[in-house]
Amino acid sequence: MKNNKPSIKQTFDISAGNFSVAGSASSRIKNMLKRIGIDDKIIRRVAVATYEAEMNIAIHSHGGTLCIEIFPDVIIIVAKDKGPGIKNVALAMEEGYSTATDEIRAMGFGAGMGLPNMKKCSDEFDIQSTLGVGTRVEMKMYNKE
Amino acid sequence: MNNNYFHSVRLDKEKCKGCTNCIKRCPTEAIRVRDGKAKIMDERCIDCGECIRICPYHAKKAVTDDLKALDKYKYNIALPAPTLYGQFKGLTDINYVLSALLSLGFDDVYEVAWAADIVSAKIRSLIKDKKGKKPYISSACPAIVRLIQVRFPNLIDNIIDVQSPMEVAGLLARKEAAGKYSLDDKDIGVFFITPCAAKMTSIKNPVGMAKSYVNGAIAIPSVYGMLSSTMKKENVKKLQRSTAYGIGWANSGGESNALGVENYLAVDGIQNVIKVLDEIENNKLNDLDFFEGLACTGGCVGGPLTVENGFVAKNRIKRLVKNNEKVRLSQHQLDDVCKDIAIHYSEEILPKSIMKLDDDVAKAIEKMNLIDKIYDDLPGLDCGSCGSPSCKTLAEDIVRGYASEMDCIFKLREKVKGLAQQMIELYNKIPTGKER
Ligand SMILES: Nc1ncnc2c1ncn2[C@@H]1O[C@H](COP(=O)(O)OP(=O)(O)OP(=O)(O)O)[C@@H](O)[C@H]1O
Ligand code: SF4
Ligand SMILES: [Mg+2]
Repeated sequence: MKNNKPSIKQTFDISAGNFSVAGSASSRIKNMLKRIGIDDKIIRRVAVATYEAEMNIAIHSHGGTLCIEIFPDVIIIVAKDKGPGIKNVALAMEEGYSTATDEIRAMGFGAGMGLPNMKKCSDEFDIQSTLGVGTRVEMKMYNKE
Repeated sequence: MNNNYFHSVRLDKEKCKGCTNCIKRCPTEAIRVRDGKAKIMDERCIDCGECIRICPYHAKKAVTDDLKALDKYKYNIALPAPTLYGQFKGLTDINYVLSALLSLGFDDVYEVAWAADIVSAKIRSLIKDKKGKKPYISSACPAIVRLIQVRFPNLIDNIIDVQSPMEVAGLLARKEAAGKYSLDDKDIGVFFITPCAAKMTSIKNPVGMAKSYVNGAIAIPSVYGMLSSTMKKENVKKLQRSTAYGIGWANSGGESNALGVENYLAVDGIQNVIKVLDEIENNKLNDLDFFEGLACTGGCVGGPLTVENGFVAKNRIKRLVKNNEKVRLSQHQLDDVCKDIAIHYSEEILPKSIMKLDDDVAKAIEKMNLIDKIYDDLPGLDCGSCGSPSCKTLAEDIVRGYASEMDCIFKLREKVKGLAQQMIELYNKIPTGKER
């Protein structure tokens, strides 16, 4: 699928627990996609997916990166963090499953819908997690031309 | 650039000093300084009036009509914005203001606040019937509607497709006058008394309809003096139809209050509204029923074409709300008013993808890369001396062909330095046969 078509890649650092700037990476990604002229419906899916990915890193991990690579026909998003990893990935993927604390819930997160929605927004979705190492989520959205 | 689009917000070239105040403040990055003067990009401007408020030299103005426009029609009707009521100290009875409008030469008045009562009832019934997409977004502020067209096209379907109170007032006023005096529609002049530049623009370029029911807009400051001096007890007629709810629309949250929906969010100030729209786009506020976003601080009381300080006006509106009758239109009354008027939009709201770098995605990606490359080379000070609001926008302007790298004073200095060095080198190479 890799081809000679032009692409653009950007990586954003997401630090743990930093809610005041969390959401800014997905905001910037959105502005970039609008300039590139990606279809509005796909922008919305990417926006939701990157926002949830960014929040998961900020809330549940020790920090990580959100990387987006845009080709004319496909958008690839990779969210990677430095741990702690997810014990039971299948469970984490279930709608409504969340380990968020009351504090986090008070801030409007912790519905347990992030991962399921990320999957719903992507054409291809892959999650790998190793306890003590970290979590890697890869999503692809195809840009039908 | 599209020159057919009428904008109320304009530049007074004489007064413009070419400073960076407005370019930095504009929420859609629609202003550049070129050749020492600000230039508004038509296709990006949403007429929010931020630049009017920030310009220290009053070089930004809103084009509106004056009272001479009334001469064109046989029968003229004033449509006072609810905000007008907040402009007068100690006002307890709005009939004073309505009667004073008649003495300015209007034959009749039709309150936008009353139309707001009607629109509130309509929206309330839509929300109750769950028609449309949640969260419903208010269509009251034309600057926000245009902002959504330009920056949040994904949210267009969430905009409530009901005409604004101004348009409903225009429509009903025309109908009433035509019926009462058997007038020809073309002989009726309907003028909005406006705190708002964006409303003026929306009269000329209506959204969701082919033609506005309103003929023009007269800025509050241009009638304020005359109104204050003619407000007298002996002239007062009972003209008020509006309720406390309709009057309350002048303040941020007033519309939400009038709807009586529980799960709403009312936000004012355009930068705040942008933040919330961003969250709605991320599906973060899906449980919300209604979002009221107003471009001006405090709502329309903070409009660019007002006389009184917005915070003072807000308090006065609050007091009027407290002292006026709080009754909502019944479904029956609503059906009766709406039975032969088109209260819904007749035309679709279309996205305006003006941010796009190229129609071809592959080319746009290349341009995006080029922007990043140019940006990496710029100093990153966002000083604005180049006439673009930030280094990033300059990079974008260069790629779009609106600017050149030498517009950056630091780049220019580097270049001059390089040239000077080359000249010294050249000088040193001059054949030694000559005396130095
Ligand atoms: N990057 C991560 N590192 C460690 N654990 C994670 C990570 N992402 C998700 N999890 C775990 O998976 C659970 C489910 O995640 P999901 O995003 O679906 O819901 P949530 O974040 O708890 O709530 P919401 O996303 O609705 O605000 C989380 O509660 C957390 O226990
Ligand atoms: S808040 Fe009111 S005055 Fe301000 S732009 Fe919107 S409609 Fe106009
Ligand atoms: Mg989550």
